[in-house]
Amino acid sequence: MKIIACIKQVPDSEAKVKAENGQVTYGDAPLVINPFDEYAVEGALQQKEASGGTVTALCVGPESAKEALKHALAMGADEAILVSDAALENVDSLGAARVLAAAILKIGDADMVMFGRQTLDNGAGVTAPQTARVLGWPMLGLAGQIKVEGGSVIVERVLEEGRQIVKANLPAALSVVQSIGEPRYPSFMGIRKAAKAAIPVWSLADLAMAAPAALVTRAATMNPPARETVCEFITGESPEAIAETLAEKILAEKVL
Amino acid sequence: MNFDLSEEQRMWQKTVHDFIAAEVRPHAYEVEETGELHWDAIRKMGPLGLLGLNVPEEYGGANVDAISAAIAIEEVGWGCGSTALTLAAHNGLGVTPLVQFGDAELKKKWLPRVTSGKHKLSALVMTEPQAGSDLQGGIACRAEKSGNEWVLNGAKMWCTNASIAEYIIVVVRTGPTGGSRSLSQILVPTDTPGLHIAPPEKKMGLNGSPAHAISFDHARVPLGNLVGEEGRGLQQTLSTLDGGRIAIGAISLGLAEAALEASLKYAKERKAFGHPIADFQAIQWKLADAAMEIELARNMIQRAAWLKEEGRPYSVEASMAKLYASEMAERVCYNAIQIHGGYGYSREYPVERMYRDARLMTIGEGTSEIQRMILARSLLGG
Ligand SMILES: Cc1cc2nc3c(=O)[nH]c(=O)nc-3n(C[C@H](O)[C@H](O)[C@H](O)COP(=O)(O)OP(=O)(O)OC[C@H]3O[C@@H](n4cnc5c(N)ncnc54)[C@H](O)[C@@H]3O)c2cc1C
Repeated sequence: MKIIACIKQVPDSEAKVKAENGQVTYGDAPLVINPFDEYAVEGALQQKEASGGTVTALCVGPESAKEALKHALAMGADEAILVSDAALENVDSLGAARVLAAAILKIGDADMVMFGRQTLDNGAGVTAPQTARVLGWPMLGLAGQIKVEGGSVIVERVLEEGRQIVKANLPAALSVVQSIGEPRYPSFMGIRKAAKAAIPVWSLADLAMAAPAALVTRAATMNPPARETVCEFITGESPEAIAETLAEKILAEKVL
Repeated sequence: MNFDLSEEQRMWQKTVHDFIAAEVRPHAYEVEETGELHWDAIRKMGPLGLLGLNVPEEYGGANVDAISAAIAIEEVGWGCGSTALTLAAHNGLGVTPLVQFGDAELKKKWLPRVTSGKHKLSALVMTEPQAGSDLQGGIACRAEKSGNEWVLNGAKMWCTNASIAEYIIVVVRTGPTGGSRSLSQILVPTDTPGLHIAPPEKKMGLNGSPAHAISFDHARVPLGNLVGEEGRGLQQTLSTLDGGRIAIGAISLGLAEAALEASLKYAKERKAFGHPIADFQAIQWKLADAAMEIELARNMIQRAAWLKEEGRPYSVEASMAKLYASEMAERVCYNAIQIHGGYGYSREYPVERMYRDARLMTIGEGTSEIQRMILARSLLGG
């Protein structure tokens, strides 16, 4: 079983997001592996433990994203590959999907590709199905349980309405959700391996492709207007009088 | 010279920090109030490597370098003093003599068990009701050979982890004469008949880390449970304590860091006379001193650990680091309470717990007085 876990590096959840000169900035917030993608790595490692094989962590991102890949290696992934190219700086999700698909084919022989359900920064949640579409593989989204049987994979999908069991032939793309189980902590052995690992960096030229044109472009980003708050204490003779004044104010402010 | 951590050490620090922040720190209050460690977290420490810091991989350990070990204990101290003391007593005292001096059979039997997190931990006891600092002269607990067994009799005091240990390494008198070659270390499984473990001591702090009086009434263990050499127990124990001192320094450092963090947060929030109290110089100086002393202690601890890792003598540096870090932690925690005012004295805020936890660090594994004695001896010779 050859499994590829696609991960992204994102700003820590405590980052203060704001717009500066029309661009989104996260300040100097620490960059971490996308928390949703840790479930993809966990799911991939569970499948490796169940059926043997290898787990490759794959990321499209800047040089700094090696840190996120090292986290996946420390958790137990066997190898990691970074696709990095200056031309990919403002890549949209479809562009990223095309690059991921090319990298997945270059790695070769993958049985399953696992994603997190969405990213913490953009949160669109479409990269996984887009990659599956580019590859022409079945897409099993929101997988909470995964079982490989012969040449197919059976997935229990976790939906708002309930659970749904679906089956598809391999190779397939999956997005993995929390029900898969808490992502394991790295072990010291994993860290030792990850610290020493030389992570190959592939450029677009290595994938024999041109920079995908962005279909989605963002006009200048602006901060939301600053919120002004005024605090007013309402006093009155009786609770009824206070309530009456409050109701009048609420109506006057057109809150209701 | 290079003061940077290696890539591996940096990743290790981040992993342990994240683990402690998520799994240990949120339970520190409850651990202290209930007197029970948070075992869910301890179970997860096995695979992470925290229960076998200096144990070779073949026995289930992580075998980290001395600096990584100090970093780990510091992070645990930052999260929870009780958990840190139990881990330091387990890694530094219970496991180390077996790793350093135990034979392959003892190691194979016990190390994988106590490093996995699936079972209990380990302990070492030298202290007795009538003997603490003066081990050579004071130890009265004895073991005698009878057939192919050791028979232990006597009482021990302050055995951290006794009730949550698979085994206790006991420093006992095995020679009739009193000299430095009359003590030995013997491994006693905690289910040995004749070993009695009293209820945990009621302590000022660190209440999640149980410390017990224990006694032996004709407790029998195989002769093979001798750890290292007969008659070398004092030397083996003292060498174990050198490493243990780095760990006590590291817990102190972690506690001080947590206290400074709490102080910074509170000083920015609390207002008096129309200002956050962080605007007042009297508060600022306490914060500045704390940051400086923490930095110094970390340098001392990491340098002692580095010497240890290099295989060079490090007793003096370990003593200095333990002495300074433990006294520093008490100052920083004392000032943290001062900065918190009345709330600092309340159990609603964590700094009073840290203060109580820090207080042990100038006593355990060699009091401040004993550390100064060691330092003076190394200066004056003799
Ligand atoms: C919470 C806790 C956990 C512990 N865990 C363990 C454990 O796991 N295993 C274990 O074996 N022990 C443990 N101890 C015991 C600890 O190591 C001893 O308490 C410590 O070594 C001091 O010994 P003592 O209490 O007998 O004090 P004493 O040796 O009686 O000392 C009393 C005072 O006299 C001073 N003093 C002694 N000799 C001299 C001297 N020559 N010059 C100047 N001053 C001197 C001491 O510094 C101290 O101030 C623990 C103690 C506590 C409180």
